[in-house]
Amino acid sequence: MAEPAVLLNAALVVVAGWLAVGAAGLLRPHATALIARLLFPLGALGSIVLTAVGLAALSAPPATRILPIGLPDLPLHLRLDPLAAFFLFLLGSASTGISVFGAGYFRAGAGTSPGLLCLQYHVFLATMAMVLLADDAYAFMVAWESMALASYFLVTTQHRIGAIRGAGFLYLLLAHVGAIAILLCFGVLQGGSWQFTFDAMRGADLDATRATLAFALALLGFGAKAGLVPLHVWLPEAHPAAPSPVSALMSGVMLKTAAYGLLRVTLDLLPFPLWHWGAALLALGLFSALFGVIFAAVQTDMKRLLAYSSIENLGIVFAGSGLALLFHAERMPLPAALALAATLYHCLNHAMFKSLLFLATGSVLHATGERNLGRLGGLIRRMPWVAWTALVGTLAIAGLPPLNGFVSEWLLLQALLLTPEVPRPFMNMLVPLGASLLALTAALAAYVMVKFYGVIFLGQMREPALADAHDCGRLERLGLLWLALACVLLGLLPAPVLGLLDGVSAELLGASLVHPQASSVWKLVPLSAERASYSPLVFLLGIVALLGASALVATRVYRRRVRRAPPWDCGFPHQDARMQDTAEGFGQPIRHIFAPFFRMHRELPSPLDAVPQYRVTVEDRFWSLLYLPLARLVTRAARLVGGIQQGRIAVYLLYSFLTLLVLLVIVL
Amino acid sequence: MNAAAVLTQLFAVIVAVAAAPLFLGWVNVCRAWLQNRRAPPLAQPYRTIGKLLHKEAVLAHDVSPLFRFAPYAIFGSMATAAAIIPALGLDLPFARAADAIALVGLFATARVFAALAAMDTGTAFGTLGARREMMLGFLAEPALLMVFFTASLIAGSTELPVIAGTHQSHTLAVHPSLAFAAIAFLMVLLAENARIPVDNPSTHLELTMIHEAMVLEYSARHLALIEWAAALKLFNYACMGFALFLPWGVAVDLASPPVLAGALAVLAAKLLLAGAALALIETVNAKIRIFRAPEFLAFAFMLAVLGLLVRLLVQE
Amino acid sequence: MPTMPLSGQYIHLFASVVLLLSFAMLAQRRIRTLIDLFALQGAALVCSTTIVAWTGDQPHLYYSAALTLLLKVIVLPLILYRLIDRLQLRWDTETGLHIPATMLIGLVLVVFAFGLAQPVSRLAGHVTQSTLGIAIAVVMLAFLMMITRRKAVTQVIGFLAMENGLFFAATSTTYGMPMVVELGIALDVLVGVLILGIFFFQIREQFDSLDLHHLERLREE
Repeated sequence: MAEPAVLLNAALVVVAGWLAVGAAGLLRPHATALIARLLFPLGALGSIVLTAVGLAALSAPPATRILPIGLPDLPLHLRLDPLAAFFLFLLGSASTGISVFGAGYFRAGAGTSPGLLCLQYHVFLATMAMVLLADDAYAFMVAWESMALASYFLVTTQHRIGAIRGAGFLYLLLAHVGAIAILLCFGVLQGGSWQFTFDAMRGADLDATRATLAFALALLGFGAKAGLVPLHVWLPEAHPAAPSPVSALMSGVMLKTAAYGLLRVTLDLLPFPLWHWGAALLALGLFSALFGVIFAAVQTDMKRLLAYSSIENLGIVFAGSGLALLFHAERMPLPAALALAATLYHCLNHAMFKSLLFLATGSVLHATGERNLGRLGGLIRRMPWVAWTALVGTLAIAGLPPLNGFVSEWLLLQALLLTPEVPRPFMNMLVPLGASLLALTAALAAYVMVKFYGVIFLGQMREPALADAHDCGRLERLGLLWLALACVLLGLLPAPVLGLLDGVSAELLGASLVHPQASSVWKLVPLSAERASYSPLVFLLGIVALLGASALVATRVYRRRVRRAPPWDCGFPHQDARMQDTAEGFGQPIRHIFAPFFRMHRELPSPLDAVPQYRVTVEDRFWSLLYLPLARLVTRAARLVGGIQQGRIAVYLLYSFLTLLVLLVIVL
Repeated sequence: MNAAAVLTQLFAVIVAVAAAPLFLGWVNVCRAWLQNRRAPPLAQPYRTIGKLLHKEAVLAHDVSPLFRFAPYAIFGSMATAAAIIPALGLDLPFARAADAIALVGLFATARVFAALAAMDTGTAFGTLGARREMMLGFLAEPALLMVFFTASLIAGSTELPVIAGTHQSHTLAVHPSLAFAAIAFLMVLLAENARIPVDNPSTHLELTMIHEAMVLEYSARHLALIEWAAALKLFNYACMGFALFLPWGVAVDLASPPVLAGALAVLAAKLLLAGAALALIETVNAKIRIFRAPEFLAFAFMLAVLGLLVRLLVQE
Repeated sequence: MPTMPLSGQYIHLFASVVLLLSFAMLAQRRIRTLIDLFALQGAALVCSTTIVAWTGDQPHLYYSAALTLLLKVIVLPLILYRLIDRLQLRWDTETGLHIPATMLIGLVLVVFAFGLAQPVSRLAGHVTQSTLGIAIAVVMLAFLMMITRRKAVTQVIGFLAMENGLFFAATSTTYGMPMVVELGIALDVLVGVLILGIFFFQIREQFDSLDLHHLERLREE
């Protein structure tokens, strides 16, 4: 067992190392080979160290340190406690795979030079780690804003394309709106003491109104970062714009910093929990999850589809933390610990499978130059490595046992099943509705992922050019394998992982889940063996045994040749690849069933058209109902303010002078 | 986990796998009787499977290994499900490895593999079938989960043997919520097993079929396994229904032969009745349009949620 | 776990069946099946009333059960059948809102109804206290059905189902209304249906259809 202070120092060394690696990229900004062969693997090494540090610190007591960097009198307070350690572990383990993949992926091209990209990438990693380590509002905000800036530059790597600049701008805008909300939230949290360390905030004296205000601001701020509906609009724009490893990092890790921030504020910094907050969080999270998955089902761009799926998963994470908060407020420690464990587990799972899938889309993009699902297909025959690792991610994100996505959904459903014991008349009946929404979301996620995988990798190639697609390189395979392995392990060994999470719930809720006598490496028993248990290894063993037996019987006992023939054409001889279901076709039932969610434009061909054309576009209602009116309002306000712009320097100086006078009157 | 427990577990799986085609045969016989047709032999499903196993497999030119793997995955999932569902005895060691939620997940796994395999053929019908199957699945799956939740709120557990055991011990208790759950479950059963109001198991009319469209490219041993898995799925659903709503007669411990024989007899009697009832439902109903199928399942889903609400609202 | 006497459980069971049938009516498109469901709801009502009469030792409830049986299970469905035969109606395909959405609203209404019933039923020390929530829910669902349907006949069935809910509320919470009131209501319902039947013929004479949106023209301009 390492000393806590040593662990904190190790984490800081990794952060410094990342910054150094990034700076080294600037020395030879166009030496692609050097950067790929040396710097990115070095960054991955840092990630591995950070993974180990996070793992060790999960069960260690908190360590604090004050770094005299920054403004005078405002040193950086740092703290490594189990909650931060868990997210450091997540950051380290996911970024290991992504950096290794990135080493093979990034190459010289249009846009940002590799050296600059290397700097931005590693600064992004380092600032995410600093967000997790910060122990005062100042350090947190500096790290948070640097993180947003670094990711903004990464999103706009292809900055010569106008649409990408637009996406980046939208992202930056919402990131700043969120940051302002977080800043104000810290302002409320200090409670009149004007001390901005987290320690002082924990001790601050807040009444219920102020606490609720702080909670609402935190929800706004972190919700904007996590893509909670209706603040989600930047996500489907920014994720497809960024290079795939960056999308993976943003979706897999950066969104989790929002979950971290929310948990930090609600369960740690706020003096007491209120059940309304939990209920609001649960409702918003579930709506976000359903909204995200429904929109994911109708997308035709593979990275947009994954971005919407991220909205869904973060919705589930927020719903889980809402449930934990609700239980915590009602003084039900065990269910609260279960819900928190489910939330954290889902964060970890999502980091793994979503990174994996984004990386896989990156490989597909490199091999084919296509992001449009309508021009892909059949790639499993050209890119077996990418396809088979992506299959693991697909099955995991679809929530199928015995992979990892199922475990966190199982835990969350178990937690939801405990809600009838909440001693509040309306809550205990509304929450089963939550369980049904969650179940619906999970089932829809399977629909979405079948579409994603089937249209990209299975079937016939929709374009002849796809026949030239090549599989990814060695380093990329290694990165994909790392993440796929993580998905499998997290699915098969839930009990030890839950044991690790125990430190976090002990810290935040003062409750512990683990029953040493009931749980073992094999068997996950969150509450009691009578209530529920799940042993994925035994389960997998059972499936494999029965599957193997049937395969043995079918292939050995009845040994027959296999003949290849063209597929059955149903009597219609002109079958081609264009007759397969397209992404639009696969989304059609969802468009039909959930029609009120969408703003649809359809152009249907008439029977007389010589060249019939069918087009359907699906838009987000929030754009037309919320953002466009808001934008118009802002423009109008700006015009109004523009009226005081005279263009003469004397007038501007007069404005400044008047402002000074007014301020002096107020202050004195 | 001792040897005897493993043996009884193995026995339960073998009974399910062996008896499933017989149950399907019985349903077909009843249907024929009710529709004034001459019934096929009871053992017809076995003959079909046997015939298919002896044939040479034909695969489409560019299908991937996923296509060849899927039938085994589907069959394996269904056989594993049979190991979890307490059809004969409550004391099954494997049933503790996975609860009702995992069971739903298992059915979803089989469905996803079937849909992926269908998309792998790259034909219009395969993808159409896959899409329709997933469309039914995303509504049927949460409905089934809600049915299980209604039952598990009563038993305070999501383990199927515990649920069945609790219902067994309260012989006289009447749970109104279970009435809702039972109807929802029946609707899910019909949809999930491609039975009549939603899909027609005996049709090959391309425009309306769902399940058949998906497996159009399969032949020989692969098709045999898929047919067998379909029979097993029906059997599993019937046994799930018994475990939730008619758990009486399931043995607590299967160790002694007379108990085992009793449990087998009770199961056979239940299956006889259930098969006849299923055939009756299929005979008196007409197949609904494919666009109405989501509505049918949405109704099932709402009923299941309502059952859950009634469970919490009405102080039973 | 069950602490309630068996009769109470059966009352709950039938109460739930009444609710279930209300939902089934909400989701049903065919008029004929709708009438069948209405008759079934009446039958469930008869069963629960009989049990209440038996356990509460309220002999007058036997009469009202018999009255319900006669009127709601036999006479009214027969009248409605004759009506749709004479009007040659088979389908009621037009619903104002699509059916899952209607059901979703229905679910919310059920939760709302129980929320309303909670303070009231806490006061009543009665074996059937939680059935009040169901009764309110049945009334609301019937109302919802009337709102979402366009055909005149379904409106009448919705109206009758609403009356079922009221009757159920009366028997389950206060051992029924006085006999005179009940007889009066029964007569009202019967006469109401007959008059509405005559109206249908008039409406069809006028518009060649029973679709109620034709009535939208009847407003002051």
